[in-house]
Formats: sequence, structure tokens, C-alpha cells
Amino acid sequence: MNNKKTFLQKYGKNVLTAFLILVSIAYVFPVFMVVVNSFKENTFVKTATFAMPNSETFVGFANFIKGMTFGGYPFVNSVLYSVVITVISTILIVLVTSMAAWYITRVDSPFCRIVYYLCVFSMVVPFQMLMFTLSKTADTLGFNTPWTIPIIYLGFGAGLAVFMFVGFVKSIPIDIEEAAAIDGCTPLRTFFSVVLPMMMPTLVSVTILEMMWVWNDYLLPYLVLDITKYRTLPIHIQYLKGSYGTVDLGATMALILLSIIPVIVFYLTCQKHIIKGVAAGAVKG
Amino acid sequence: MKYKRDASAINSSILRKPMQRYAPLFLLPMVAAFCIGFIWPFAQGLFLSFTEFKTTSKWTWVGISNYIKAFQDDSFIYSFGYTALYAVVSLVLINVLAFAIAYALTQKIKGANLFRTVFFMPNLIGGIVLGYIWSMIFDGLLSAYNTSILTNSTWGFWGLIILMCWQQIGYMMIIYIAGLQAVPEDMLEAAKIDGANGWQTLFKVTIPNVMPSITICMFLTLTNGFKLFDQNLALTGGQPYIINADGTSIHTTEMLALNIYNTFYGQNVNSRGVAQAKAVLFFILVAGLSILQLRATRDKEVAA
Repeated sequence: MNNKKTFLQKYGKNVLTAFLILVSIAYVFPVFMVVVNSFKENTFVKTATFAMPNSETFVGFANFIKGMTFGGYPFVNSVLYSVVITVISTILIVLVTSMAAWYITRVDSPFCRIVYYLCVFSMVVPFQMLMFTLSKTADTLGFNTPWTIPIIYLGFGAGLAVFMFVGFVKSIPIDIEEAAAIDGCTPLRTFFSVVLPMMMPTLVSVTILEMMWVWNDYLLPYLVLDITKYRTLPIHIQYLKGSYGTVDLGATMALILLSIIPVIVFYLTCQKHIIKGVAAGAVKG
Repeated sequence: MKYKRDASAINSSILRKPMQRYAPLFLLPMVAAFCIGFIWPFAQGLFLSFTEFKTTSKWTWVGISNYIKAFQDDSFIYSFGYTALYAVVSLVLINVLAFAIAYALTQKIKGANLFRTVFFMPNLIGGIVLGYIWSMIFDGLLSAYNTSILTNSTWGFWGLIILMCWQQIGYMMIIYIAGLQAVPEDMLEAAKIDGANGWQTLFKVTIPNVMPSITICMFLTLTNGFKLFDQNLALTGGQPYIINADGTSIHTTEMLALNIYNTFYGQNVNSRGVAQAKAVLFFILVAGLSILQLRATRDKEVAA
């Protein structure tokens, strides 16, 4: 007993580090397996999942080449549509909701309050509650293409963004804006040259939260878009794996790998902002 | 009663009036999109749950019979029980593990930032892709016994738990680290001087101080568990199925969100009213949990 205590005191941190290294390996392992299996011939993905590729199972980049047109749909298109939808939606949400949040906080009319409370309310409504009616509404109004679906994302995702921006604008002293207004700034100018630069930290958080949401979202675009023409990455991957008939696991793994590489690169380059942004969204939502 | 503006609002009407002229530019786009993307579909959904409909424009009023049918639907009751069990198990596991890792990482360990980066990484990957990555791993393990995760509901359950632990521990860990770093250093030192051992310090000093983080994480994991859809669809899709004598079937690993989805878009287009009623019940459940969370965190904030 006594011995054990001194052992832990002496090597406690090393034991802890060793434990954390083990957990890290367990964390990286699934992604590593995707890399390994994307180079294997289809049938071996299932029968020899954890083996390294050997001369019999290794197929080089064949899975990647096959994956480009796999499932009767060009992979490049799904990447393109995912990028288009994510970029337009994020810019639209950040711009429109930050402007609205500033107006709501500063004018604070009864109507503003109603809008604000509805935004807070929308955060607790799960997507299933309105998925059927929302996809029909989007269809009727023509918001069912990659270029118009951002309007739907703006409407459904506005709640959290407005909530976060309002929380931040409330903490900005109003004096600066009033001084700008007295000096003859129009509200538009005040917003873009005085308020927006001060909102930067929340702006980054909201941008990251919305980007991650839209990029990974499956059900909303699946229900709203015309799937024969427009597939985003998650939809495309769901089609490969979930469709009837034969599933080519090797090609699927290759496409999964291609679809997570940009995400991981993005994460490693701005992880500080990402972690901060996600934590901010969690604590507030 | 006079309407009183918040302290953060413009108080002089001379300055407010010019700003209000810009309402069409600042407020209108957001409100218009919000009406299209939320308010109208929500109201319509609520209304349609009391009707029988195939499309949103053709409906007949049926009162609360959809709700009665929803409660009589065995697969719905089953998926509710399954989801509740899943949510509670994942809540306990994720929070205990995330707290343990966060605690370890705040002990001035070398490379803590690197570990944090690794543990948070799965959060960036979408639910569908996560589901397929893990289905490859599980099927790889089970192929040695010539079987698959789709054949056994117990495996499906624990498969989902493992998947969600892998994804969410890193997220909760971030919140716990923030909480742990805010524990006053002098409190920990005072406990040490008074002769408290590691466990005593943990349970009597550290944990009471991070209670706000614990409340947030518990509710987050609970609501995430109840709302789970993508991972469920990708990993098991509800399989294996049990076919009842009357032709109905129970999908033994199907959670609430997937059950609602299948009721909407399954073979039977006459069940859309029931599906919408299920969705309303689902909304009430999730919203109720969120309101409880808001209350709990607000009380804690006052105390802190």
C-alpha cells in the first residue's frame, strides 16, 4: 500500500500521460482505418479490415478513381454543391442575423422583442417537427436548388445566430454608436465601420458553428434538394452505402477519406477558433 | 403600463427614428427568411398534426385521433423506450469519461494541447460519415464470427453508444476544461494544507465548483441523445427488424427521430398525420428538456 502510493506520486504524471496516449491512439484509429481500407480491394475491406494492405489486397488509387463516378453521380459535383451551399449559407446567415441582432438590441421595440423571443424559441424545436412542411414550403417557393437553399438555412438557423449576436451587442457600450450617429453617420455606415469590427469574436464563433452545421447537414438538403440533380457530400455518401444492390466498400472508404481530409485540414489550421466557437455555442445554447 | 426599453437600447427617440427608417434593410431580410424557414412550417406542422393529409394542401380535420394512433403505435412506444435508455446510458458514460479526461488534462500534463486537439477532432466529422466509419470497424470485428452489427440489436445499441462516446467526449471535455480552469487555485491549496487527499479534494472542492459545467454537459448529452438521427441512420438504420403477426414491424435499433422520419416517408402515405403528431410530441419532449436545462443553469448562475 505504502509502496503503491510512492509509485503513483513518483510516476503519476507518466502513468497519466501513458493513459492519454492510449486513448489518443483509440481516437485516431478509426480514421487511420479509413485511410488503410481506402487502398484495399472491395471484398477485403470486410474480411480483413484491420490488416495492412498487402500485394494481394492493395489496389493503389483504383478506389479513388472508381469513386469519382461511383453511384452514377460525379463525386466532384457533390463537393462543389457542398462548398456552394456552405459558403453562401454561412455568409448570408452571419451578415443578415448580425444586422438584425444589432437592430433588435438598439431599437428594442415590442416587435423586436417578439422576434427575439421567437428566435430563442426556435432553438429548442427539433428539425423533425417541421421537416415535412419545411421541405414542401421550400419546394413551392423554389428554394430547392443549391443557390437558393441558403434562404432556408437562414430561416431555420437564424435563432441561434441572432441569440448569440444579441448577447454580444448588449455588452458593447452604446456611446460610441451614438457619437457616430451624432457626427452624421447613417445607421448603415455605423454598423459596418463601428459595430461590425467590434463584433469580431462572436462573428468568428457564429461563422464556425454555421459552417460546421451546414457542411455536415444531411436531412435538410436531402429533403429539400432534387436528389437526382443535386447531392451534397453527406447525401452522396449515404447513397453509396445506403442504396440497394452491391456496395463497394473500398470506393466508399476512398470517398469518405476525400470528404474528411478538407475538414481535418481546416480544423488543424484554425482549431483555436473552432474550439472556442463551439464552446461558446454550447454554453449559450 | 408604459413600455420600458432595455438599458442597451437607444433611449433618445431623435437617434432612434433615423435607425428605424432602416428597418427594411436591417430587420426585414431576417424576419422574412425566419417566417419561411421556421414560423410558417412550424405553425403548419402544428395544424396538420390534427388532420389527415398526404400533401400539405389536401387535408381533412380529424381532431386528436392522430395523437391517439401515435400512442397506440408499438414501434413509437418502443423507440421512445429505446431512445430514453440510450440517452441515459450515453449521458452517464460520456460525462464520466469526458470529466476524467478533462481532469487529467488540467494536471499540467505535457502535450495537453495536442491531446485536446485529438480528442476534439471527431466533432468536425458529420454524423453520416461517422456512422459509416464505425460500421466498417464493427463489421470488421464481427466478420471473424461471420456476422454483422445489423443482425443483433444489443450490438447495435452498444455500437451507437461507442460511436457517440467517440464523438462527444471531446466536446464535453472542452466545456469541463473551461470549468476546471476556473476553480480558484487558493481553494485547492487550502484543501491541501488542511490535509485533504486527492479524492477528498476532487469531491469536496473541485466538483462543487464545476457544477455549472456539469449541468450544461448533462443536458447537452441528454438532448443530443434524444435528437440523434444521422448516426442512427448510418450505423444500423433501425435493423434488425422484428415482424409482428399483424404485418407491422418493430425496428429494434430505431430511435425517435428515425421513427418519425420512417412514418413520414415510409410505404404508407396515409400515416403522415400520425407522423406529424409524433413530431409534435417529440418537439414537446425536447423543448421540455431544454427548458429544464435553462432553469437549472440560470439557478446556478445566480448562486455563482
